[in-house]
Amino acid sequence: MTTVNITIDNKVTAVPPGTTILEAAQGLGIGIPTLCHLDLHTMEVKNQPASCRVCVVEVEGRRNLAPACATPVAEGMVVKSHSPRVLVARKAVLELLLSDHPRDCLVCAKSGQCGLQDLAEKFGLREVRFQGTISTYPKDHSPAIVRDMDKCIMCRRCETMCNQVQGCKVLTGVNRGFDSVVAPPYDLPLGETVCTNCGQCVAVCPVGALMEKDQTAEVLAALADPEKVVVVQTAPAVRAALGEPFGMEPGTLVTGKMVSALRELGFDHVFDTNFTADLTIMEEGSELLDRLNRHLAGDESVKLPILTSCCPAWVKFFEHQFPDLLHLPSTAKSPQQMFGAVAKSFFAETIGIPREKMVVVSIMPCLAKKFEAARPEFAVGGNPDVDYVLSTRELARMIRGANIDFATLADGEFDQPLGESTGAAVIFGATGGVLEAAVRTACEVATGRELPRIDFQELRGVEGVRSATVKVGEVELKVGVVHKLGNARTLMERIRAGEEEFHAIEVMSCPGGCIGGGGQPYHQGREELLEMRTAALYRDDCGKPLRKSHENPHIQELYRTFLGEPLGEKAHELLHTHYQARPGL
Amino acid sequence: MKRIGSFEELKARHERLAPLLALRNTEENDPQTRDILVCGGTGCQASESEQLVKNLNSVLREHGLEREVRAQITGCFGFCEKGPIVKVHPDNVFYVEVKADDAREIIERHVLEGAPVERLLFEEPSVNARVQRQSDISFYGKQMRIALRNCGFINPESIEEYLANQGYQALGTALTDMTPEEVCLLIKESGLRGRGGGGFPTGVKWDIARAQAADQKYIICNADEGDPGAFMDRAIMEGDPHSVIEAMAIGGYAIGASKGLVYIRAEYPLAIQRLETALEQARNCGLLGANILGRGFGFDIEIKLGAGAFVCGEETALIRSMEGKRGEPTTKPPFPAEKGYWGKPSNVNNVETLANIPSIVLRGAGWYRGIGTEKSKGTKVFALAGKISNVGLVEVPLGTTLREIIYDIGGGIRNGRRFKAVQTGGPSGGCIPARFLDTPIDFESLSAIGSMMGSGGMIVLSEDDCMVNLAKFYLEFTMDESCGKCTSCRVGSKRMHEILERITQGKGVPEDMATLRTLAATIKDTALCGLGQTAPNPVLSTLEYFEDEYMAHVNEGRCPAGACTSLLQYSIAADRCVGCSLCARACPSGAISGTPKSLFRIDADVCTKCGECVDKCKFAAIASA
Repeated sequence: MTTVNITIDNKVTAVPPGTTILEAAQGLGIGIPTLCHLDLHTMEVKNQPASCRVCVVEVEGRRNLAPACATPVAEGMVVKSHSPRVLVARKAVLELLLSDHPRDCLVCAKSGQCGLQDLAEKFGLREVRFQGTISTYPKDHSPAIVRDMDKCIMCRRCETMCNQVQGCKVLTGVNRGFDSVVAPPYDLPLGETVCTNCGQCVAVCPVGALMEKDQTAEVLAALADPEKVVVVQTAPAVRAALGEPFGMEPGTLVTGKMVSALRELGFDHVFDTNFTADLTIMEEGSELLDRLNRHLAGDESVKLPILTSCCPAWVKFFEHQFPDLLHLPSTAKSPQQMFGAVAKSFFAETIGIPREKMVVVSIMPCLAKKFEAARPEFAVGGNPDVDYVLSTRELARMIRGANIDFATLADGEFDQPLGESTGAAVIFGATGGVLEAAVRTACEVATGRELPRIDFQELRGVEGVRSATVKVGEVELKVGVVHKLGNARTLMERIRAGEEEFHAIEVMSCPGGCIGGGGQPYHQGREELLEMRTAALYRDDCGKPLRKSHENPHIQELYRTFLGEPLGEKAHELLHTHYQARPGL
Repeated sequence: MKRIGSFEELKARHERLAPLLALRNTEENDPQTRDILVCGGTGCQASESEQLVKNLNSVLREHGLEREVRAQITGCFGFCEKGPIVKVHPDNVFYVEVKADDAREIIERHVLEGAPVERLLFEEPSVNARVQRQSDISFYGKQMRIALRNCGFINPESIEEYLANQGYQALGTALTDMTPEEVCLLIKESGLRGRGGGGFPTGVKWDIARAQAADQKYIICNADEGDPGAFMDRAIMEGDPHSVIEAMAIGGYAIGASKGLVYIRAEYPLAIQRLETALEQARNCGLLGANILGRGFGFDIEIKLGAGAFVCGEETALIRSMEGKRGEPTTKPPFPAEKGYWGKPSNVNNVETLANIPSIVLRGAGWYRGIGTEKSKGTKVFALAGKISNVGLVEVPLGTTLREIIYDIGGGIRNGRRFKAVQTGGPSGGCIPARFLDTPIDFESLSAIGSMMGSGGMIVLSEDDCMVNLAKFYLEFTMDESCGKCTSCRVGSKRMHEILERITQGKGVPEDMATLRTLAATIKDTALCGLGQTAPNPVLSTLEYFEDEYMAHVNEGRCPAGACTSLLQYSIAADRCVGCSLCARACPSGAISGTPKSLFRIDADVCTKCGECVDKCKFAAIASA
């Protein structure tokens, strides 16, 4: 292959044509600061508007400075990455950015994790020479996301995630000049748009312009209320990422420390969403087999593929975008909502309190879960099954706020009975996991024979759309796995057009599944982080004595004593839901 | 009109149609018949030139002359100061400021009786007399019309007249006698450079696009003309749309593009309409479409409307806008010639650039090279505006001096005021002071004195103009028209504007000049596109040549030109005021009080400095300082 020879800071290198100066510099170990740049390798998506101008470098023979992130190398190019001219320009650009920024770092939720703050520190800024009008916009609170455009630096990363990765097309640059800002169509509040609350915009926002709706204060108030029994559930993906804000290696499993921290914070019962993930498999797996059998028996009223419905962003996405296909998704509630329903019925009865006295808090890697919990269909007489949803980040803030030394906490154990789970449940947090868990159970239930293998490698991976054929009993099941909503849209359009046929498809909105969720510690496009978290979940699965949902003894017990049969009347009432068509714009 | 199937047929058609222009190509003092042209440009239409044409023809009908004599529209004559213009051939009588009601007199006195209407003739200052012929008017004396050759000469809505004036023969020549390489070479050799502002050699640009291998290429006409005051592209499209179409077809042949696109702002409805008419005519004649002139070359043009954003004149932003995206520039490389419209090689040329192409093909590179300076060949159209006597469009050979344009063509400064500076290049350009008036204009010389050619805006400033205020005006324009993408332009231009605003309000501080220079340097060095990189130019050039004006505002709270109203103080001179109370009654803000027959006073806190009192006072007792 031909290469291009270039010199950066007197270091010579040869790189493939099309490489940017930034990439060539990184290859040489030369650091060039960036702010707007985002490179999602496996997604083949780049946000390189070259708009922030922080990465400018001097290129010999060029009149003005060049943005390293978007300037391709050319043969014989000579680059200076930190000449006085470059440093002076970068500093001035940063001052310009700060001159239109609230500079309220002391009370900004992004403080300490802010790309702009970080650069100001790195550049040693001690004053902002340029002063003037500061843009102000009304704050926009959706059920999941808060937009504070006063802080927006027009890096457009959110736009790239929303449009190119998620295919939701909610965010775009509007207005001209100094009034330019990223906004939803017609400047509608985010909550009134087709926004799915996936939070991928939040996950990549370098500043505090896009944040989750913070519910820690409400949770603290519930914990402080002696009349309330506060029950907490933790989603599978949280345990693979919660260590990161406390300086632990990404991919460290912190299940035990998480349980201890929650107990220290004062939660009365520390349970696991994994328990209801197993329960979800019982219901969804049964629904799959039921639909499949009826379909094979020639019942034309049964439509396939069955689509998973665990992911609340995906659910809202198809309600907006595919209102004609609402009969395809499984009617099974998500594990979070199954937990809420079971906790406020079965468990409230068990401990002898009315549901109104119980507060159910979820710890989720997700922002869309906040919206899901607030859906009116998930409440009884106005009392929601899940009262509050905290993201992984919010929990980390609560732990830090309570001065709990997370890293040195002893491992705790989940409370019972809603704390027991199998390996099938923990992999819900990674793309492909739900389907793998469903297949493990469906195969055994359908055949009554033990599976010769438990790991379905063909369902794992990072590709956006994967498909495989799995033998369930006598049937060759064609299954698909999709993550990121843009891929889901493409696949669904093909299915709608009759160009693809599947028996079952798992869809997760976020890159890598829940481990890359919008509520996790900001991934900022670092895909290696997602891989490390994923590996942790599969490690956890491997180490579990039970790895199939139907083998969970507490699940079996729950059906025996309370729910009856999967898809039975009680199960239907508590564990299944319906969908509504929503406007496409 | 019948389809033209070959170059031979085209030439024959030209021969047949040539008589249409016979009266315009000869000069005869006492002719038997006449051919009347009325300016049909946007400016003159606003002064009822359409009605004028109707009136002329209806009076002709009244006298049964409708067969022999016809009045019709033509493109802009350029002398907009004196529009609407009526030109009568073949006696070559040039009427100015003609009203719709003047039609009868023109027909009955001039056409019927052979006596030109004296009162409608232009009063030429150099001879202090009314002159009859266009060539006697000094405004036209030093002009040379190549891009504007058909404006004011043919009816832009008639392909017959275009064909009669050798229209589409350049296309025929290119398709018949030249290879695409030869066309590119010819344009390279002519020395033609982009007239939109960049000044990049057009032939080189074509050759780069030609060398790209692709299944589809595009030739794009940039008709987004956005410089305040510049309207040469509009005039060309309104007055000679076929030239643009012909040039695009030649360009398409040269680079291997089967499709052309005209990106034009929706604010130019007349230009769009004339272009659409011309496209339809060209298609009907087979001069667009498949197998043009039987040479196997297929080409057609689509019009894309822009919403009127200055930044969309930048080619990458223009292309994005055409794709339906937000009009924002992207980093180059890749250049449009490599990856343009929908990722395909695209060549973007400005309207005026294209309007030169047919003449170059017909008359040769050597002819064109013979006009202009060493590095800047041909002519350039300038839009003269500001405090100049003759506002309008002028086309001069490059190398003409600023003095010739401003004084000989433009007639000098209005109302006998003194020249202070000339602003060229629009918002990206700079201000040139009097000491450079004898600079021969070309791309290099203007850059050397801190300005630029730009698209040819030329705003003349007098001693009444404040240079700080002027810089503020231009910066306000670029600030508002910034796409907002890159930090330097989005925030930087705002900060510069805020400082200028402060200075013009007398709230500047001495450090402001240094801050302005720092900001300017940062923006020039780091902004993403040409708009941003050049936005500080008006400030830098005024700081360079008129720093004393900045200092007067900052240090003395004084605007030397008396233009910054915030710095003015109106007062009534005790020795002149007779206490008539006229001023107090005229004051719209009630700032003036007093008792009749005694001295009146102005409350400076209430005064809005509108100047009404100064105009009303019969005793010259009120003055500003």
